[in-house]
Amino acid sequence: MGKAIMEQNQVRPLSAVKTGEKARLARVDAGRGLNSRLASMGFVPNAEITVVSNGHPGPFVIIIKDVKMVLGRGVAHKIMVK
Amino acid sequence: MENEFGTPNFCLLWHRAGPVHMKRIIVALVGNPNSGKSSLFNMFTGAHQHVGNYPGVTVEKKEGRCIYGQYEITFVDLPGTYSLTAYSTEELITRGFILHERPDVVVDVVDASNIERNLYLGTQLIEMNVPLVFAFNMSDLAGRRGLLFDLEQLSGLLEARIVPTVGNRGEGRTALLDAIIETSREGRKTRIHEVRYGVEIEEGLAWIETAVAQNEEPLAQRYGARWMAVKLLEQDEDVLKRVQQQETLNTVNRSVSHLRSIFRDEPEIVMADRRYGFISGACQETIKNSVERRHDTSDTIDAIVTHRILGLPIFLFLMYLVFFMTFTMGRYPMHWLERFFGWLAAVVNGLWPAGSVPWLHSLLVDGVISGVGGVLVFLPNILLLFLAVALLEDSGYMARAAFVMDRIMHKIGLHGKSFIPMLIGFGCSIPAIMGTRILENRRNRLTTIMIIPLMSCGARLTIYALFIPAFFPPHWQGPVLWIVYVTGIALGVICAKVLRMTLLKGETLSFVMELPPYRMPTGKAMLIHTWQRGWMYLRKAGTVILVASIILWAAANYPKPDHEALAGLDEQQAQQATLRYSVVGRLGQAIEPVLEPLGFDWRIGTALIGAIPAKELFVSQMGIVYATGREKGHALSLRERLQSDYTPLVGFCVMLFVLIGAPCVATVAVTRQETGSWRWAAFQFIGLTVLAYTVTLVVFQLGRIWT
Repeated sequence: MGKAIMEQNQVRPLSAVKTGEKARLARVDAGRGLNSRLASMGFVPNAEITVVSNGHPGPFVIIIKDVKMVLGRGVAHKIMVK
Repeated sequence: MENEFGTPNFCLLWHRAGPVHMKRIIVALVGNPNSGKSSLFNMFTGAHQHVGNYPGVTVEKKEGRCIYGQYEITFVDLPGTYSLTAYSTEELITRGFILHERPDVVVDVVDASNIERNLYLGTQLIEMNVPLVFAFNMSDLAGRRGLLFDLEQLSGLLEARIVPTVGNRGEGRTALLDAIIETSREGRKTRIHEVRYGVEIEEGLAWIETAVAQNEEPLAQRYGARWMAVKLLEQDEDVLKRVQQQETLNTVNRSVSHLRSIFRDEPEIVMADRRYGFISGACQETIKNSVERRHDTSDTIDAIVTHRILGLPIFLFLMYLVFFMTFTMGRYPMHWLERFFGWLAAVVNGLWPAGSVPWLHSLLVDGVISGVGGVLVFLPNILLLFLAVALLEDSGYMARAAFVMDRIMHKIGLHGKSFIPMLIGFGCSIPAIMGTRILENRRNRLTTIMIIPLMSCGARLTIYALFIPAFFPPHWQGPVLWIVYVTGIALGVICAKVLRMTLLKGETLSFVMELPPYRMPTGKAMLIHTWQRGWMYLRKAGTVILVASIILWAAANYPKPDHEALAGLDEQQAQQATLRYSVVGRLGQAIEPVLEPLGFDWRIGTALIGAIPAKELFVSQMGIVYATGREKGHALSLRERLQSDYTPLVGFCVMLFVLIGAPCVATVAVTRQETGSWRWAAFQFIGLTVLAYTVTLVVFQLGRIWT
């Protein structure tokens, strides 16, 4: 039980990851459409995500599988990382 | 072939056959967006390309031919996709083409500088078991990034030939052509390596495969039971629809819920993960990365051009440059063309034996020359505009621009990129509608096309230039013009919103976009892009506009009144009488009761009908109705006549009506061409005209009470 809570605490939205930090994808809390679209772009469990710029203010730019991507903040909230 | 998988029947545009002894091969080019697929396509086909739309959908269809030794190879450039699911039109088209047209070879264009993500599409092609060749494109860039490939071993693992290429420099052309021909000779083969999804999923796949083989024989034969099983487990809506027996569906549902309970995730996500696992397994041994990725120049540029405060002004400035280039620089060649057609008309007038076959003379000068001229004068604008857009796209800036504008455009249900064609619409709707090709999403593209005519184009400015000084004091002229433009924009925003909530309903795609590295665009690629669009404009829109111009010429000149009726009138009065007597004039008079609630009389009605081929014709039509002549010296008197006959309110209402209603013939033709159906073109024409009528009616009736 305690371990489960620990795990829960570690999982956070991508939008909470600071510029320059890395995280691994846990899951995407979205509908099937977005989920599958993200998966085909490389957003699969355990994929490493580097946050190039967590824009408050500015764009949310990440690197995943060697590709630079820009995300809407809404999407960055839905991507859960650990 | 029937219309399977929601994709339209596909017929090759290129029917013209080469010499008889040639062997013909059809090659499908697939790949991720930004993989440099187009540059490879251009490398093979040069200017021998046909661009069109897939019937019924607004997705660009490109085909080209290349002769190599004994072979005539037709390349079909399929839409760029990340995957082959049923979630988007582009993916369905790509998948449908491969499944149903069975190209001899599929070439997967892979951006060699990020193999893993790009090979994801490759794993799905492997699953479809098509004759496959990988083109590792931009291999020079990959080398500079420190990537080293063991292509032989990787090729063994993927069981397909791999050819390194640099599309924009034409490197690897021969090697790839050889690989294509060899692969086409082998045809489909049995694979040793396949994507394996792990014990649980493989178990589910086995159940479904058995069910498919038993219950769905025709489908299994056509597409392969394994592929069917994979797609069914992914709950691919399009494949689910094809299934005949409830029993099969029950098996699928049982497997899906069983796997969901094991993985606490959708099977399709787990499967995507396993595909990436397959790729990284293959890459681990065969690709070495000798350089760690560092902060590069691309990052620095991005920090500036997507900056929260600087991003928008930079974008607007670049757009201003595009605009400037298109309409200011385009003005000179446009004047030359205008002058040329004026000269041509004068030559014909001069050479024509006076009085002989007057109708043919008039048809030639007023119908054909002015019709063709009217089309051709826009060509410089269109070429320049597409040159500018190609430059923005090929350099990689467009992705950043879309991001900058997305926050605003998202609110009206459009994509960031929609802004560019809308802005171009202030110049001319035709290049703007053609410019919507930069939008990948069909709904976004259709919505943008529908509202583009509301962006007040340059031709309408000539009408405002006539009306505003006639009815409004100098200090009001600027604000009135502003109100007209803003009304158009506001209506555009409302219409986009309404369309996205009704006819073109659908989730606005959440913003996830690749930022491709900046690249120096090559002159050849840009020239090819520009020429294709220009040629298409000339051929398709040109023919329709020409025919429409001739029809309207006839309608404005026939039937002719009797000679007695014209006796004693001077030339201008005779012109007026002729127009009034013609089909256009009669229509104008016939619709007067309909237009009366808007404050319009038959003169305005006639000019509105006469202005259907091109909006700027409204001014010359008004000139004829008032028999003031078209010469410049008379413009003042036309203004005075308008002033004496109409109130400022009517003047304003006329401007509103031409702003909103009845897009010109060229717009209708281009909308038809770009949407692939007359239905959308008719919907746009009728919808906007009804909207114009309603808005003008409300404004006029309220205004009358007010004043």
